Amino acid sequence: MTSAAREARLWYWQRMSAMVLALCVLVHIATIVYAVRGGLTAAEILSRTRGSIAFGAFYVIFLLACAVHVPIGLAAILEEWFSLPRRAARVVSGVFAAIMLGFGLAALEGVVFA
Amino acid sequence: MRRFSDARARSHASYWAFVVHRVSGLLLALFLPMHLWALARAINGEMALEGFLRAVDRPLFKLAEWGLVVLLALHAAGGVRLLLIEFASWSGLRKDLIALSAGVGVVAALAFALALFY
Amino acid sequence: MGAVMKVKVWRGREDGGFQSYEVPREESQTVLDVVTYIQRRLDPTLAYRYACRVGMCGSCAMTVNGVARWTCRTHVSRVVKGDTLEVAPLSNMPVIKDLAVDMAEFFDKWARAKGRFAGAETRRDEFARVEPKSPARREADAGIECIGCGVCYASCDVVTWRPDFLGPAALNRAWTLVNDARDVERRERLAAVAGDAGCHACHTQGSCTERCPKQLEPTRAISGLKRLVAKAARRGEL
Repeated sequence: MTSAAREARLWYWQRMSAMVLALCVLVHIATIVYAVRGGLTAAEILSRTRGSIAFGAFYVIFLLACAVHVPIGLAAILEEWFSLPRRAARVVSGVFAAIMLGFGLAALEGVVFA
Repeated sequence: MRRFSDARARSHASYWAFVVHRVSGLLLALFLPMHLWALARAINGEMALEGFLRAVDRPLFKLAEWGLVVLLALHAAGGVRLLLIEFASWSGLRKDLIALSAGVGVVAALAFALALFY
Repeated sequence: MGAVMKVKVWRGREDGGFQSYEVPREESQTVLDVVTYIQRRLDPTLAYRYACRVGMCGSCAMTVNGVARWTCRTHVSRVVKGDTLEVAPLSNMPVIKDLAVDMAEFFDKWARAKGRFAGAETRRDEFARVEPKSPARREADAGIECIGCGVCYASCDVVTWRPDFLGPAALNRAWTLVNDARDVERRERLAAVAGDAGCHACHTQGSCTERCPKQLEPTRAISGLKRLVAKAARRGEL
């Protein structure tokens, strides 16, 4: 793939994941605002999430969209504001996304599938 | 290169929208792993998650949570404006959508504050 | 009017500094009038550019109170702060001397973006028939009046942060040509604006559209290019 094609694809997938996230975020914020009323306990969270396929599916999609969306934006910031060379910015962002994905999958396991 | 770069050249709505979008995105990116890590503690059982939740049941944390909800609302609303500019047919820099995004931020801020403290 | 203004003018190159002059205020005075007064009456060593002085050529673009503008079309009364004015060269371009900048790279990027028409017909062929109301022609017409003054380029932070970024003017011109039914180098042009320093680097800050003295909308052009280039990439045409 030429670098031009790569740049174009990165842009495209960041915007596609943004569209998915726009929906996920809407649902997520509404849910959190609702759930947080009167305080929030672990029992309350887990009673809703444990074993729930719907929750699991929703948050897997949310997580994957984040894992695509975040590193592309982060790399741009590292290049433009922190003067990292392109390759380094991409590696750092990629590692960051991988860590985030790891934590996210662990969170999903703990909260839904455990 | 930009000797004369200063706020005067950047004092217009679209530029502020860019700064809010980028800074909110950066802060969210930094927060997200922490958020997921906390939830991952539930893997050790309900007690671990509850322990964490109790540890963060403090004013400073509540303020931080509130701040993050606001950042998320602003970033998402600003993002929708960008998606419209980039994918829909051109209809200007959409200053109306900038105002709307700010409004969404305010609504989210109020809604979450109410939910937290009532 | 009897009043006097304090005008700070950039002297030297990148490592120069502001020098102050006292200039009488007049009614209906433009910033170009002020700079001309300084050079003719106070300090003949001041270097600056202008040509038409009526808002047609774009030569007199400078940074006035931090903002890139055409000085011949900027009334002092609109921009003066109390009784002070600050005049500097355009940003994002090397300073030759005082208020004159080197625009070579600005035009090199124009060429790199394939900002020139490439046709396949000769004078022996029939005239091309282009429907003026077609969506493509409307898009081209919306951006065609650019005279290469450099204000948008000087106003763009992405140009500052990414020195290779082609910039709003070059990309706007490329867009008008991509929409030109007679042009035959569409594919090459999309490839030219797609690279590491191409259209996808734009963050929609909008300073270009905000500042263009001809009310052109480079953000619009760049958004259009983003879509077309992404499509071309997905089809393996890049």
